[in-house]
Amino acid sequence: MDTERSVVPAALSAACPAVREASPEADAVAGVAPSYVASPASTEEAAALLRAAAALGLTVVPRGAGTGLGWGQPPSSADLVVDLRLMDQVIEHAAGDLVARVQAGASMGYLASVLASAGQQLAVDAPAEATVGGVVATGTAGPRRFRYGAPRDLLIGITVVRADGVVAHSGGKVVKNVAGYDLGKLFSGSQGTLGLITEATFRLHPLPAAEAWVTADFAPNSPSALAAAAAAVTAAAGSALVPSAVELRWADPPVVLRVGVLLEGTPSGVRERASQLAELLETAGGTPVVALSETPFRWWEPESGPPGTVVRVTFWVRQLASVLEALAAAGASTGLRPVVSGPAGAGVLYARLDASVADPDAARFVRALRDRLEGVFAQSADGSGLVRGGVAVLAAPPAVRAAAGPDRPPPGLDLMRAVKDQFDPGHRMFPGRFQWGP
Amino acid sequence: MTAAIEALVPRMREICGAGHVITDPLELRTYECDGLTSHRSVPALVVLPATAAEVAAAVAACAAAGVPFVARGSGTGLSGGALPHQDGVLIVMSRMRSVIEVDPVSRRAIVEPGVTNLAVSKAAAPFGLFYAPDPSSQVVCSVGGNVAENSGGAHCLKHGFTVHHVTGLQIVTPSGELTWLGDGTGVGSGYDLLGAFTGSEGTLGIVTKIVVKLMPLPEVVHTLLAAYATTAEGGRAVSDVIGAGIVPAAIEMMDALSIEAAEAAVHCNYPEGAGAVLIVELDGPASEVEAELATVRALCEKAGATEIRAADDPAQRAVIWAGRKSAFAAVGRISPAFIVQDGVVPRTSLGAVLAQIASLSASSGIRVANVFHAGDGNLHPLVLYDDAVPGQAEAAEEVSGAILDACLEQGGSITGEHGVGVDKSRYMPKMFGADDLDTMQLVRCAFDPASLCNPGKVFPTPRLCGEVPGHRRAAQFAAQHPAAGQAEIF
Repeated sequence: MDTERSVVPAALSAACPAVREASPEADAVAGVAPSYVASPASTEEAAALLRAAAALGLTVVPRGAGTGLGWGQPPSSADLVVDLRLMDQVIEHAAGDLVARVQAGASMGYLASVLASAGQQLAVDAPAEATVGGVVATGTAGPRRFRYGAPRDLLIGITVVRADGVVAHSGGKVVKNVAGYDLGKLFSGSQGTLGLITEATFRLHPLPAAEAWVTADFAPNSPSALAAAAAAVTAAAGSALVPSAVELRWADPPVVLRVGVLLEGTPSGVRERASQLAELLETAGGTPVVALSETPFRWWEPESGPPGTVVRVTFWVRQLASVLEALAAAGASTGLRPVVSGPAGAGVLYARLDASVADPDAARFVRALRDRLEGVFAQSADGSGLVRGGVAVLAAPPAVRAAAGPDRPPPGLDLMRAVKDQFDPGHRMFPGRFQWGP
Repeated sequence: MTAAIEALVPRMREICGAGHVITDPLELRTYECDGLTSHRSVPALVVLPATAAEVAAAVAACAAAGVPFVARGSGTGLSGGALPHQDGVLIVMSRMRSVIEVDPVSRRAIVEPGVTNLAVSKAAAPFGLFYAPDPSSQVVCSVGGNVAENSGGAHCLKHGFTVHHVTGLQIVTPSGELTWLGDGTGVGSGYDLLGAFTGSEGTLGIVTKIVVKLMPLPEVVHTLLAAYATTAEGGRAVSDVIGAGIVPAAIEMMDALSIEAAEAAVHCNYPEGAGAVLIVELDGPASEVEAELATVRALCEKAGATEIRAADDPAQRAVIWAGRKSAFAAVGRISPAFIVQDGVVPRTSLGAVLAQIASLSASSGIRVANVFHAGDGNLHPLVLYDDAVPGQAEAAEEVSGAILDACLEQGGSITGEHGVGVDKSRYMPKMFGADDLDTMQLVRCAFDPASLCNPGKVFPTPRLCGEVPGHRRAAQFAAQHPAAGQAEIF
């Protein structure tokens, strides 16, 4: 062991008392062992810490509960892990304003319990142990993305510490505000590569008085089932019944092709809308079931151990049937049956392969899926350069990533690199996180 | 005309066609301001490109010549965001007004930036869909301008702002390159540049195509008008409605003076003698709206409403909205000149700020009519003055500034939807610290290092992008080059 490397530099301890040598296993970030772990107790301490890290030229990986660290590429280097979990307070819950200001290390579950006492919620589906900062940094959003959007849509103010240790704010604590650039948008989904999020302010929503899932099953082996399920999704998503979620789940075994729609509202309203929606799904060819106050679509929680490979497909909803066919074809050509699920009505599906799938097979599946979907997206090419969808490998063993090759980069990549260079000219914040990143 | 501009003219004629390049001083003068007429600056040159490629070529020509440029949509902005640069080129988007595609299944439309806001909803209506952001200028304002300003409207309380309804932007970067931000799906990889660009007030590039989300038209829309003796009573009704867990599509309030103005202008026939009028709109599935309507009505009565009117058909609803929608223009009937302010406070601070505005008005002798989006705390005080009376314009400006100070004291914002533009850049340091503004400008430096794209807007002092603060430079070289300092030597 390289003891010289692991002795905590005095400059780090001076900046932040809670700093220690990292444990090679417990603190590993996606298999990469960091040197030090620091737990700042305030934005000021976090700023001092990042100034010290900058002076030492250390690479930095921000960490909340670590629930999202496996979703994305592992860091190419991680000298210093900054653990935000000492900053776990709900600073202000202005219930009358439907606004809450929260420290980044607060857990989503704790925040939910504080807000629920006033009949309110942050309308983001995420694991209860995930931290607020982690959810913003990863852009985590579950089924209710369909109605409420992603964290970026609910974030109205943010405090960040830049790579050079400078503290910056944008937005505020009012919902309607167009003063200045919106750094909250920029940091949402930035995966820790632009700086450290230390505080976030959100717009809240009232907890609904009633909710119900209306689900419909489609015979998965009939040739027209995929098209029928897709039609059910688009009918629900385009209806004036205001669903909060429009989900699809396609798994084998047990064989199921299911569309689920979440309704929220008043008890009488939800009852009436549920029966209207059941009719809509039946017309599309499904067998509907109305289940009051049940949440059967928690696909972001692993059902059996960690997933091996997770691929996210995003698309314009018109293409849903073609996307499902591409998933079926990619599976058939590789002999694999992924679990497909996600907020299909919002144009997102996740295909998961079990960890037991051999790496070369998983990589072949990813390549086959990419090939077929690029064909689907190319069909809608309109000469403007707009490619209406994408495939992103969110999680995969390193061997699968290497064999599958990189995803098509997002549009605006040159500008993204320019932004990164401005915020983190030394490329020290979570280096290597984005596969096409600097 | 500067030599640089003179040299650009033939190139611009090649790009846009001779008929779409304006050099005549009289014609140039028609572009000297946007909706904020108190700031005027005649552009050196005006060009009207017809395609994204022409915009890109025009911007590239400006970039090569080092000439600043400003984009303009319909010119309805209220903060001078489209104020021309006197030595620069004004790029007018009004020839780019096609709705390129409506995809009702995906609930998306692709439009050019010069398309008016209302035209999007009109194109979507045959499919039972609409475009939600609805600034009150929606008949004329352009979607491109909405993107630049992140426009809201009366219904953004429930449905959100432009940034929540745009899923793809084709832009021309300040160096003249065409690129997409976002792919229309609404879910992106990498940095959310689409989100950062929206609301950047034309300082990060020029939008040439916009993918917008469309929403299903609500099954029913109910509008309710409640009259109160005071704005405080109306404010209590607002708090009670929100407290009951209801998010109406809109909650608007007008005070006695703005009601008086609206009566004079459009004879809206609001309840006589009302000190405040509250408009609450509920939309959604019939079964939900009926339940909510009963609750809202009861809460409005409990708060002391002297009269309640309800409407559920478009014609009756239009009657209720007539007074509110005319309010800005209507104050012209009761005052020769006025300033439209756009502050925001937390909703629960509305009463306190209204009281402060009343005392500011009393102590200065400057009348203030209040129209506001009560649901989200966005105030539009109309500060009335007579420019023929010496000193009144200055006094009105002072009251207007003091109102913003009051908003900031309550933890609010200097602008809810009109933007910073040239009008409010001097207030930015009151709301944000030097480090905040410096950090925002890192985004500017990434997009527009030469600072040619709508310069002088939003930020009180521009950042010199080449000039990286010392400690950051040290960090950069420490990380990348072991022999720190060598870069300076060579």
